[in-house]
Formats: sequence, C-alpha cells, structure tokens
Amino acid sequence: MASLPAYLHDIQKEIEGHGRAYGLDFWEIEFEILDYKRMQEVAAFGGFPVRYPHWRFGMEFEHLTKSHVYGLSQIYEMVINNNPAYAYLLEGNSLVDQKMVIAHVLGHVDFFKNNYFFSKTNRRMIDGMANHATRIRRHMERLGVDKVESFIDACLSLENLIDPMSPFINRKAPERAEVEDGASQEIPRLKAKSYMDKFINPPEYLEVQRRKLEREREKPRKTPPEPERDVLAFLLQYAPLESWERDVLEIVRDEAYYFAPQRQTKIMNEGWASYWHSKIMTERALKASEIIDYADHNAGVMATAPGQWNPYKVGVELFRHIEERWDKGRFGREWDECRNLDDRRAWDRRLGLGRKKIFEVRKFYSDVTFIDEFFTEEFCQEKKFFSFALNERSGNYEIDSRDFSQVKHKILYQLTNFGEPFIFVEDANHDNRGELLLHHRHEGVDLDPEHARATLGALYRVWRRPVTLMTVFDAKRKALRFDGKDQSEKAA
Amino acid sequence: MALRIDPDHRRFRDIVRGKIKQDLRKYVSQGELIGRKGKDLVSIPLPQINPPRFRFGSKGNGGVGQGDGQVGDSLGKGDPNADGSGKAGDKPGEHAIEVELSLEELAQIMGEELQLPRIEPKGKERLITQKDRYVGIRRAGPESLRHFKRTFRQALRRQVMAGTYNSERPIIVPVREDRRYRSWRTTPLPQSNAVMIFIMDVSGSMGDEQKEIVRIESFWIDTWLRSQYKGLESRYIIHDATAKEVDRDTFFRTRESGGTMISSAYKLCAKMIADEFPPSEWNIYPFHFSDGDNWSVDDTVQCVDILRTQVLPHVNMFCYGQVESPYGSGQFIKDLNEHFDEEDHVFVSEIKGKDAIMDSIRDFLGRGK
Repeated sequence: MASLPAYLHDIQKEIEGHGRAYGLDFWEIEFEILDYKRMQEVAAFGGFPVRYPHWRFGMEFEHLTKSHVYGLSQIYEMVINNNPAYAYLLEGNSLVDQKMVIAHVLGHVDFFKNNYFFSKTNRRMIDGMANHATRIRRHMERLGVDKVESFIDACLSLENLIDPMSPFINRKAPERAEVEDGASQEIPRLKAKSYMDKFINPPEYLEVQRRKLEREREKPRKTPPEPERDVLAFLLQYAPLESWERDVLEIVRDEAYYFAPQRQTKIMNEGWASYWHSKIMTERALKASEIIDYADHNAGVMATAPGQWNPYKVGVELFRHIEERWDKGRFGREWDECRNLDDRRAWDRRLGLGRKKIFEVRKFYSDVTFIDEFFTEEFCQEKKFFSFALNERSGNYEIDSRDFSQVKHKILYQLTNFGEPFIFVEDANHDNRGELLLHHRHEGVDLDPEHARATLGALYRVWRRPVTLMTVFDAKRKALRFDGKDQSEKAA
Repeated sequence: MALRIDPDHRRFRDIVRGKIKQDLRKYVSQGELIGRKGKDLVSIPLPQINPPRFRFGSKGNGGVGQGDGQVGDSLGKGDPNADGSGKAGDKPGEHAIEVELSLEELAQIMGEELQLPRIEPKGKERLITQKDRYVGIRRAGPESLRHFKRTFRQALRRQVMAGTYNSERPIIVPVREDRRYRSWRTTPLPQSNAVMIFIMDVSGSMGDEQKEIVRIESFWIDTWLRSQYKGLESRYIIHDATAKEVDRDTFFRTRESGGTMISSAYKLCAKMIADEFPPSEWNIYPFHFSDGDNWSVDDTVQCVDILRTQVLPHVNMFCYGQVESPYGSGQFIKDLNEHFDEEDHVFVSEIKGKDAIMDSIRDFLGRGK
C-alpha cells in the first residue's frame, strides 16, 4: 500500500490544523492512496483491507466494478471507525478533490470519536476484522469452505435481529438460583422492630405473601423471561451450536453491532462531515483557482434527484439550520410561543451559541432524535420536503403531501429500527417441545412472506428444532412454522 | 494484479452460474435471452443474491423526498428508493446485477444442466486441416516475414550497447544479426462441418404461441450445436401445402395459412442435402416442428418414404417436435413413432407448452448424436 506522497501529507497536516482550530477532535488518521481497483476491493470489504472469505464481498465488488466501468458511480472517500482511523484516497483524483476528501474525513473521524452511539464500538476493528478472517479461514480449512460458508449465509439472514441499544444497557445477572429451591424460601417480611413485628407483619399478611410466592413458583417459567430483541445473543446462549458454529455466529453478531451505529447516524454523520468539509474548504483551504472545481464537485455530492433523499444534503442543511437558530436565539419558550410571522422572521437575539450547539448535537444525538428534535416546520417548508406514496392506479410514485406532520412522521417511521421489522424471541420451549417461538411486532406493514419463510429456514438451521413466527398478513394473525421439512401457515 | 477479493469474486460467479442452472428452466421459457448484444454477449438480468431476511414487503408505502412539485405530481415509475438514497440507513435496495455470459458459457451451462453429452462429430479423421499460426520470433527466415519493430529494437539495443547511438542524430542501421523474423507453428485442426435444417409448419393452425415455442427451442438448439461445432450453418424451410427455403428472419415471422403437406418440406430437405451437403463431409441435423396435422394419410405415407430413403441415411439425427395446438389432430407424431420406432436416430418430442421446451431439447440432444 502506498503511503501518502509528501505534498498530500503536507495538505493533510494543513487541513488537520484548520480542523483543530475549529474545535474538531479526532484521532490520528492514516491516509492511503489506492488505485481504483484496490479502492473497489476495499469498498467491497466495507472499508477494511481484510475480511473473512465470503461471496457477498465478491458480489459487492462486481457491482462496484460494473458501476465504475459504466460510469455510474465513483467512490471518492472511505473511512473506518478505528483508532487510528484509516481513510483512503483515490489515486488520480485532482488536488481539490483530495483536499475535500481529507476535510470530509476529518468530520467523520471527529464524529466516530465523539458521538455517544459509537462509544461502545471496537476501536481496534481493523485488527478485529483480521482476527475474524483468520478464525473463519481456520474453520474453513478444517471443515471445508462450503459447510462454513453456508452456515455464514444462515447467520447473515439473521444479522438484522439485533438490538442496537443493548450495548448501552447494563444487565443484571439472572437471579435464578435462589428461586429454584423455593420451598425453603423465606416469606418476605416488612422490616420492623421485634416488638412491633406482629402488628406490622400480621399472620394474614404473611399468608397473603406466602400464597403470592407459591403462585409465582407455580407459574410456568419461560426462557427468555421477557421477549428478547437481541435474537442473535439469545441464539448464542441457548441454541445447540457446535463450537465452530458458535464462533461464526459470534463473529457475524460482532460485526453487525460494529456497523449498527453507522446505520443509526447516517444522516448526522454525513451531514457533519459535509458541514466541515465545506467550512474548512471555503473558509480556509481553498485557493481562488480551485473554487469552481470545488463548487462543481460539492454540488455533485449534494445533488438530489427529484423525489429523492440525500442524507448528505439533509444532514448538512439541518446542522446549518440548528446553528442559525442557536446563533439567533430561536429556541426556548418565547420562540415557540411567538405566532407573529414577521417577528419570527426578524428574530435575532445575537446569542452566537450555534457552534457550541452543533457540537453538542453531534455528541448526544442519533438520526431519530436528531430529526425528532430539530426537523421543524420552518425547515420542512424552506427545504421543500414532501412525502410520496405509490398510486396504485397509475403505478407511479406521486407526491402525496407537503404537510409538515405527515412528512416528519414518515421520516421518523423510516428511521425507526432502520426501517426494519421488530422481531422478538418469545419462547424457547414453545408448546413444551423445545421449539422456538418468535414474535413480529406488527406496526402496519406486513413482512415479505417469501423472505420470512426462507429466514425461518435459516433459524431452523441454527436452532435445529421447529421454528414459529407469529406475524400478521393482510390484517390476519398468522403463525408461520417451519419444521425442517415443510413450511406451514396457520391462522393464530 | 491479483486482489485479495478475487477468490470471493470467483465464488460469487460460481454461485451465479449455479443460480442460473437452477433458474435455467424458467428463463429459457420466458425467452428473454434471444438477441445478441455486441460481440456475442448476451446480457441476462439477474437479481442480486440477497440472503433472506425478515423484512417488509416491497409494496412500499412511499417515502420522503426533497424538491419542487405539487401534490399529485408523479415522480416516475418504479420505486424512487431504488438506489438506496431514498431511505435512511444503508440498505442497498433491489438492484439487478447484469451478469454477462458469452454464448459459449451459456451453452456450457445449458449442457451441464441438461446433461447433454458432447457430440462426436462424424468423419473427423478424414477431415483434418492444417492451420498455421504465427506465434513466435526467430533469427532466420524469409524477408517477407521480417518483424520490423523487433529488428529495429534489436539494432537500437546493439547500438546503444556499442556506444554508437547518438541521440542528436538518431540513425539506426540494422545489420544481419539484428534481423528478427516471425515464426509459425502448424497445428492440426479437426474440421467438422455441420448444418442444421430447421423446418417449420406454418399452416393456419400454427398460432403465434406455437411459433414462439419453435423460436425459443431452435435458438437453444442453435446455441448448443454452435458450441459443439466450429462453423455451423443453418438453413430454414417453411411449409404449408408447399415448401420453400427462407432466411432466418422470415422463418420466424411468416404467417402463412392453408393446408399442410409435410412431404413437400421433406422433399425440399432431401434435395438440399443431395445438392449442397454431401453427407461424407457434413454433419446434418434436420429439425422439424409442426402441430402434427397433416393433410392426408397418403401424404404421410409419402413422408415416411422420403424420410426412410432420402433423409435418414444421410443425417446424424432427425428430430421432430410436435407443438400442441388447439386445432391440430396431432396425428403425425403417432405415425412417425409407428414407422420409425426401431430407428435410433429419429427423435420425436411433444412440446406441450413453454415449460416443456427444456425437456424437448433434452429429448433431441440428450444422446450426443
């Protein structure tokens, strides 16, 4: 891999200087220059130089190569959440492009380092991925490529069944053991001095407590006690896996959690990086002769085709909107209650809090909360947002509303759980036969039935006993079941 | 340059090929593939392989966009989310990857899928030609084969080494030792000629659907045989009550009407073989497609006679495909079966619909004649 030539190294140092002066706080960044082929390879590996062997990286590679050859897309920039951060520059890009990319990458690395949702990710993931590769290769050598790969395929079908919030929850160790031998268990008493005891804990009260305990004991105990959203963790713990299978599943889960924050903060992350590349470039780093090229390329990044949604653009505009509001003091009760449009338009308290506010936002928010809190009616109108839907009759997608609450509702809806269904493990001993019962929390949209059935197959592969999914099709409750041979669908 | 991803990429290609194998049946009968693009490449729209997931049904409930436009304005057909920027998150959307296969690859896949044996060409021992290929360079040879560039380069090299090269006056004078000549190697090339004679009944009872089936089936037969023979010729005969030779285009487009005299076509076929394709040099493959509704019993007798005496002795195999039609009696296939039951190079096949095309191809080509 080529290290950075001197002139680019100098540019990197210069731009990093500008970034620090603005208050950006980033790790050391290792830039590498790659030719387009290597760039596509690394991009296919999700930004990492080494991944475990799997055909889907090859598919991604073919896709990227094809789009490159046909001139459909080009990868400008790639950066890995790692300390030190790794970033790649495309060989042969013009100097302005390289500058812009370097500045953009600074924004990303600052975001990785400081955003709360990234705080639990593995900051040595380059090594992590390499280790995963070694482990999987070892399994493949021992057991054969096909066997391991098809198990990976099954795991990938379940990859999205994680709970992105779970790294932030401190879980208590299960208080099982003592409940087991409940017979000898003491009836809980309220605390009282000994001479007061028979008044505070009278026999009737103790009787009630005793019954309650008994009832509790008789209640059939379920695994998991509460519906479990981290299906992968559940399977790791309870599925009858061989050790290599457990290892593979663990790797897939690990990587899914590593990438989850990037999906949770797509708009913010891209918005933040775009905000900073444009700030650094236009205020500090650009030479007069480079302005036209910069503007041209920046416009390309920010382009929105009709009826599309560009996270770069939405993100950067929303950050700028926030900055302006806090600079001018357009927040708080007085602002909210002001109904006079002229006043609102002219509102400027000269607080100058904008910069501070956006740094705070980049630290504590994810896309959902970002949109929920800062996507205002004014922003929606000014930036011409609309929602669209399929017109069944014409087969076209049409603008169906410019109403603020509807637009916002739709955005939030799509962001929630990455626009993926909520699936929970309900019971590991369904029907008292060791079958797995899952529950889809239906929120208005049906699952794709074909995919759902195939996914049950993957679950069966891991659980090795029949699997049932409770879901809703066409407003009817259904139980999809796969018993290893046949798929069945029953009303439930 | 070798890339780390190459093995993954190869594996993906393998899977894609495997995928095509399984889906082959389906898309052959859809007939999407006919038509060559550019240099013998056919491009097959193939869905990206997405591992199944619990995911929402594709009937999207729309999304959010940005830009001008009134409520009710159309954003165009299809899903504007399709390129992944519609939704937040990083789902790649449902793209179709175009996987390009050459016809040869395609034929090979088909061969594997249908377990078609490679064809043993007729008369291969007799027909060996020599082919000279210029593959190397040597120091002696006729002047007509002198390789100017290499000679020049050699001279330049010598002069630089000897120190007589002057970049101010770059004059290069090759001497005898500098001369380089092209050299060749002679490779024996088994030559086998083959001709396919497609015969189609275009009488009134053959509808568009029937012709479509014939078209698809002959495309695949053509593709397969082409992969087996270098330099394959094809001829086309259409017939109703009379037969005539036509070009490929007309063969598939014509809509005639009228009665059916199959013997007319067989006569023409026999004549063609006798005049143009001496069987000692040619592998001959007649394929006849009809709905099996011949005009008269007498004509059928005549057909059998022509086949037995003038066609069958000369051809590698004779294939008759009977397309099911709502009008025809479908009698002809029974007649052929009756008369040629013991002939091992007559193949008949009933094609009930598009889905039966693959089976029919297997019937015809499955024995490697």
